[in-house]
Amino acid sequence: MIPELGHFALVLALLLAAAQAVFGLWGAHRVDARWMSVVRPAVAGQFVLISFGVGVLVYAFVSFDFSVLYVASNSNSALPTFYRVAALWGAHEGSLLLWVWILALWTLAVAAFSRNLPATFASRVMGVLGVVSFGFLLFTLYTSNPFERLLPAPADGRDLNPVLQDPALAIHPPLLYTGYVGFAVAYAFACAAMLEGKLDQVWARWTRPWTTLAWCFLSVGIALGSWWAYYELGWGGYWFWDPVENASFMPWLVGTALIHSLAVTEKRGLFKSWTLLLAILAFSLSLLGTFLVRSGVLVSVHSFAADPSRGMFILAFLICMIGGALILYSWRAPLLRSAAGFDGTAREAFLLYNNILLVLAALVVLIGTLAPLVNDALGMQSISVGTGWFTSSFPYLALGLLGLVAVGIHAAWKRGRVGDSRTRLLIGLAAALVIGLAVVFGAYGLGKWQSLVGIVFGTWVIVSSLFDPIDRWRRKLSLPRAVIGMTIAHIGIGVCVIAVSTVESYTVERDVALRPGETVAMGRYAYRFEKLEPVEGPNYDGVRAELTVLRDGRPITVLHPEKRTYWVQRSTMTEAGIHSRWNMDLFVALGEDLGEGRWSLRVQLRPLIDYIWLAAALMALGGGLAASDRRYRARRLAEESPAVPGAATEVT
Amino acid sequence: MIARRKRMLMVAGILAGVGLAAWLGTQAFKSNIMLFFDPTQIAAGEAPADERFRLGGMVEKGSLQKTPGTLDIQFLVTDFRHTVSVKYSGILPDLFREGQGVVAHGRMQGNVFVADEILAKHDEKYMPPEVAKSLKDNPPPPNVGT
Repeated sequence: MIPELGHFALVLALLLAAAQAVFGLWGAHRVDARWMSVVRPAVAGQFVLISFGVGVLVYAFVSFDFSVLYVASNSNSALPTFYRVAALWGAHEGSLLLWVWILALWTLAVAAFSRNLPATFASRVMGVLGVVSFGFLLFTLYTSNPFERLLPAPADGRDLNPVLQDPALAIHPPLLYTGYVGFAVAYAFACAAMLEGKLDQVWARWTRPWTTLAWCFLSVGIALGSWWAYYELGWGGYWFWDPVENASFMPWLVGTALIHSLAVTEKRGLFKSWTLLLAILAFSLSLLGTFLVRSGVLVSVHSFAADPSRGMFILAFLICMIGGALILYSWRAPLLRSAAGFDGTAREAFLLYNNILLVLAALVVLIGTLAPLVNDALGMQSISVGTGWFTSSFPYLALGLLGLVAVGIHAAWKRGRVGDSRTRLLIGLAAALVIGLAVVFGAYGLGKWQSLVGIVFGTWVIVSSLFDPIDRWRRKLSLPRAVIGMTIAHIGIGVCVIAVSTVESYTVERDVALRPGETVAMGRYAYRFEKLEPVEGPNYDGVRAELTVLRDGRPITVLHPEKRTYWVQRSTMTEAGIHSRWNMDLFVALGEDLGEGRWSLRVQLRPLIDYIWLAAALMALGGGLAASDRRYRARRLAEESPAVPGAATEVT
Repeated sequence: MIARRKRMLMVAGILAGVGLAAWLGTQAFKSNIMLFFDPTQIAAGEAPADERFRLGGMVEKGSLQKTPGTLDIQFLVTDFRHTVSVKYSGILPDLFREGQGVVAHGRMQGNVFVADEILAKHDEKYMPPEVAKSLKDNPPPPNVGT
């Protein structure tokens, strides 16, 4: 009975979403306050109903209700409680429910914080979000009802996929989805602006914090996924250019372009149509991500659902959402021309170049991800795109981007000459060269030349982004959160590139066959295989190896990699043994029994790898600080007194 | 006149840049795509002799041979009409099993496919889409197979 209540709640939520869309859009069109007054209650009601649905499903999981098909497929009586809750988003149906719930949450936030926006504009934003919500609820109910019954109920469930039984993966999808869905808000703001036929600097100021916040969630979500792949998929890589990873990376790249383009729109009233296009694109790529992951058309390590009818529905929905927005765009964008100009070396120009590179990077990823699909759809021979496609193009795009950040960060708005910031440029570059080369040759020796350039450029970005805040502090000027946030996020990018460059050049990796008692040496480090012993967990058993890691002959730590067999699905999982030092990870994964008492082991030394994820945390922290800047909170004030020129022009 | 010439030069420069980028892009793309072949196509000599490609099929039951104490293994990949012998040195993915689907990256050396990467999916029921398609398009003769 209870699952049916959940199902019923979703049906009611669908009706409310329809009401929200119709009253929101049509009410704003008629400028009818009574129609528009329906929207906020509809948003709130929808949130309550979907939350109820989520609660019902969680209850079904926690109470072992195997008469619900989704629970029976993704849970088991031996599954620990934490994973029974996380199993909610362990497969397709629940993930969708999570998607709409997060959308309802974002919409609720918009409803709560949009009271000081013009009524018609707010109403249109929520109307557009209502359309998105309607589409996804319809999709959920029509193709993927999480409350579907399985009668007679089985005695026990088929268990959650063992690779998903991990703390990082339990929180990775909600964060990733929060990022994806957050771009729906930017999309809705863009559509509303086009419907209003008015896009000014105030609009950009409303849109910026929402977009930045979504971008922060996406950054953390992607980083968690990468971290999880690193230790859980077992073999020590942090990024595989897997279609599902790419699906989350594309909206991130375009989202990064969008937050910078929005900065120009807010400060200078430029790039208006470009900003709109990026907002549409970022959300479209989020939808495409959902399509790629959930339709089962991709060969990927993470795509768990495979059902073409779902794919067709999402494809149709995708065409409606993107096509509709683009038609609106081609109709309205010509109205939004801006007349102001700028020099080719002004800050606007650098942001434009960066935008171009970011979109180009997204295009590279898109081509690499979709080429096999397009080829299949055209009935040609089946191909796959090797990681070489990405790894041969990305370093150059990234280095170009970094160089532009390091130089452009000093440029002034409108009329910037590179000569004006010559001192800062030279000091920055000199510092970067000294630090970068000292680190490379002092600690590692020459690796790939791209890594050398990457480390120097990464350092350059970090040094460059420190000039402005230090200067402000020395002159006792105000240091708004937007500036601090921007600085931290740019430092994050620098750290990320330094870490990736180091990992790519200086990782030591060996696959070896060892007997207990034997040792494998790697430079100053050595791994001694001590022993093997059986282990048993709540829903698995397996073997556990013990290895002592020696540095210069002295033991520094003991690692315990495991090979687990999960009982229900009879699947084998590798749990890596990892010890993180401040400058590198000591990694070992246990392979299989090779006979004659030997086991296969993969041993690695990965320098600075943890800093990749730390960098993502820095970016998210920076974004969060920037989004909480005072001037977004004091919107009403800012609107009444037009921005004082020069007061905050340093900020991007 | 000077402004016009400047603009012409700029347009030419942009075109040259875009052209170069497109050329580099297609070259990089060409050198990085990998084609898929099944054992029947390899038996028919369709697979390239000196290029990396992807081989897909089922791991034949009872064909897995390990050289004890080393990482070297050898097994047969079959589409139930032809088989190809595959050599690999390294750690196999967790879901590699006899009788299940597999995709290997590598190249032919004589009659043996030398793999540098073995892929298996994180799903028990998994059959690589290409393998499924290849088996569907050319169903195995009824008296052979599983």
